[in-house]
Amino acid sequence: MKSTSEENQLQVHGLEVGFKNKKKYTQILNGVSFNVNKGETLCIVGESGCGKSLTSLSIMGLLPESGEVRSGEIRFEGQELTNRSMKEMSKIRGNEISMIFQEPMTSLNPVHTVGKQIIEAIRIHRNVSKKEATERVVEMFELVGIPSPRERVHNYPHEMSGGMRQRVMIAMALACDPKLLIADEPTTALDVTIQAQILDLLNELKGDLDMSIVMITHDLGVVSEMADQVLVMYAGEVIEYTDSKSLFENPKHPYTQGLIASIPKLQGKTEELPVIKGAVPNPDEMPSGCRFSTRCAFAKQECFDQSPQEEGTEAHPVRCWMYSAEWQQMTPLKGGESNGYTTDGAVDREPIRN
Amino acid sequence: MLSFLLRRAGLMIVILFFVSIIVFSLVNVLPGDPALMILGQEATDESLEALREDMGLNDPLVMQYFAWVGDLLQGDFGQSFRDNTEVSSLLAEKIPITLQLTVMSFAIAVLIAIPAGVISATRKGTLWDSSATLFALSGVSLPPFWLGILLIFIFAVTLGWFPPSGYVPITENVAQSLWYMLLPAVALGVRLSAELTRMLRSSLLEVLGSDYIRTGYAKGLLERAVVYGHALRNSILPVITVSALQFAAFLGGTVITEEIFNIPGLGQLLVTSIQTRDFPVLQGAVMFMALAVILINFLTDVLYSILDPRIKLTGGSQ
Repeated sequence: MKSTSEENQLQVHGLEVGFKNKKKYTQILNGVSFNVNKGETLCIVGESGCGKSLTSLSIMGLLPESGEVRSGEIRFEGQELTNRSMKEMSKIRGNEISMIFQEPMTSLNPVHTVGKQIIEAIRIHRNVSKKEATERVVEMFELVGIPSPRERVHNYPHEMSGGMRQRVMIAMALACDPKLLIADEPTTALDVTIQAQILDLLNELKGDLDMSIVMITHDLGVVSEMADQVLVMYAGEVIEYTDSKSLFENPKHPYTQGLIASIPKLQGKTEELPVIKGAVPNPDEMPSGCRFSTRCAFAKQECFDQSPQEEGTEAHPVRCWMYSAEWQQMTPLKGGESNGYTTDGAVDREPIRN
Repeated sequence: MLSFLLRRAGLMIVILFFVSIIVFSLVNVLPGDPALMILGQEATDESLEALREDMGLNDPLVMQYFAWVGDLLQGDFGQSFRDNTEVSSLLAEKIPITLQLTVMSFAIAVLIAIPAGVISATRKGTLWDSSATLFALSGVSLPPFWLGILLIFIFAVTLGWFPPSGYVPITENVAQSLWYMLLPAVALGVRLSAELTRMLRSSLLEVLGSDYIRTGYAKGLLERAVVYGHALRNSILPVITVSALQFAAFLGGTVITEEIFNIPGLGQLLVTSIQTRDFPVLQGAVMFMALAVILINFLTDVLYSILDPRIKLTGGSQ
């Protein structure tokens, strides 16, 4: 992208991650690249199983034991992270890069008070007394909007609601002033009003604390609320990467178009939501061509055999044959074989008259 | 907490009441005549009858029961039929011996089980894990009496490092006492440690996969701090349940081991009292064990609520 390296908080380039089981290796992430500038929010969007969580865990160095970064670079403030030892990474985690998770109900240890758990996080990275750390926790609780913070420090997680626990998680993540916050679907498990509160809080804190956010979500509503840049992932690949505005106004990839078409609209009557038919292919049975070809409404013969390259502009790259010079020469599928998301939707049907 | 204590105390009285009835009935349906056991086969009918009358064995059972319970409530466990020693002093003499054996074997079991369980859970699938699993499996399948005999053969008879049997009171000589008790404690402890290792491994594996463990790593903790600071306390509850049950069982169930190593503990007292139809001793010993089980269960519940703040001790039934 256009940004210079001083502005880059995080650069990920050509990241390939997979799982090793016995002798078999299954690759999940296939050359994921993106940049996060300082003070910017990047949203990673995609449906379940597309590798968005795996991307975030790779940055944190928290891959499960069988997971492995095969190749690629993860640079944080210009420094390579993929070759760091567990011990070196633990100095960065929770300090310079923090993470909040999807499940606030289970992400806190039930047998310790929330205060103790955050104090622990502070005292790993900062040489402060217990008392100073406690003061910091109270301060953080105030910041994230927990009422009567001084008393709440002594609560156990089960004495708090889901929204409050997510605020505790955010307080914990931000306690050491991280430069980068990775939020893995932080609002998915919460009800809608709490979701909005948490998103507002994150937006507010981002400005106040001058940090970058990588937000992982499958919710385009969250994207429109949070994102500066958006990365759309499908089956372990980046298929579209642009700023939030052009993504919603001018989605290029058929998959992104499908995602946006499937948002319920408040205006007008919608009897049935358009859907993208089918499911993400199994990592072991990836199509040899474009990974979306099996579900794409516009797929041509060549789409099934050859992987598309990055096309489009530098500011809005998209991985799709449609935007290549060869598209006009490619062989269309015979009629009736198309398998897209729009053909089945009620939107395209004759309106029911009565 | 107070209502919990009151409720537990009430429950304890009820349980002890039923236990006392069962103990008393069981003892009285045992075949065999204590008078005959005392006086021997050559005793005359008159002398037997006189002794029975004297011991109160001719009274109706209900009368005998209430006489016994009445005495119990005043702290009087009665006298042994054999030599008229106070049952309470017999118990006071034997209980510390068995308690020492139990505590020592538990110490050994825990010292083995916690590291072994932690290693095999955190190094799952490695040689460490396989070795710990092998140990656990063989430990569970080794009967303590067989292990006891094996230990005597190797360490006492062949190598001569330990005394083969016997007992020295801990009040007399602490080192000697521990020395004498070590082999039997190992014989009992190995099996328990094997059981606890398996339990801890599976429980720890489950906890290590939970979200708050990931949170621990995410805030920058190293593995040791995560395992010992966060995982262990959450995974120890099932281990404590098993331990508590075993502890209670050990107090009365170390009969065979005590027999093999010739330790004059509660187990031996129990066996002798059954063999000689020494009812007061038998009843007293069994009542003590019932009390011990109840107390240990109570302590376990308290320990639970300390370890896991989600568990609240309340008077209500849950």
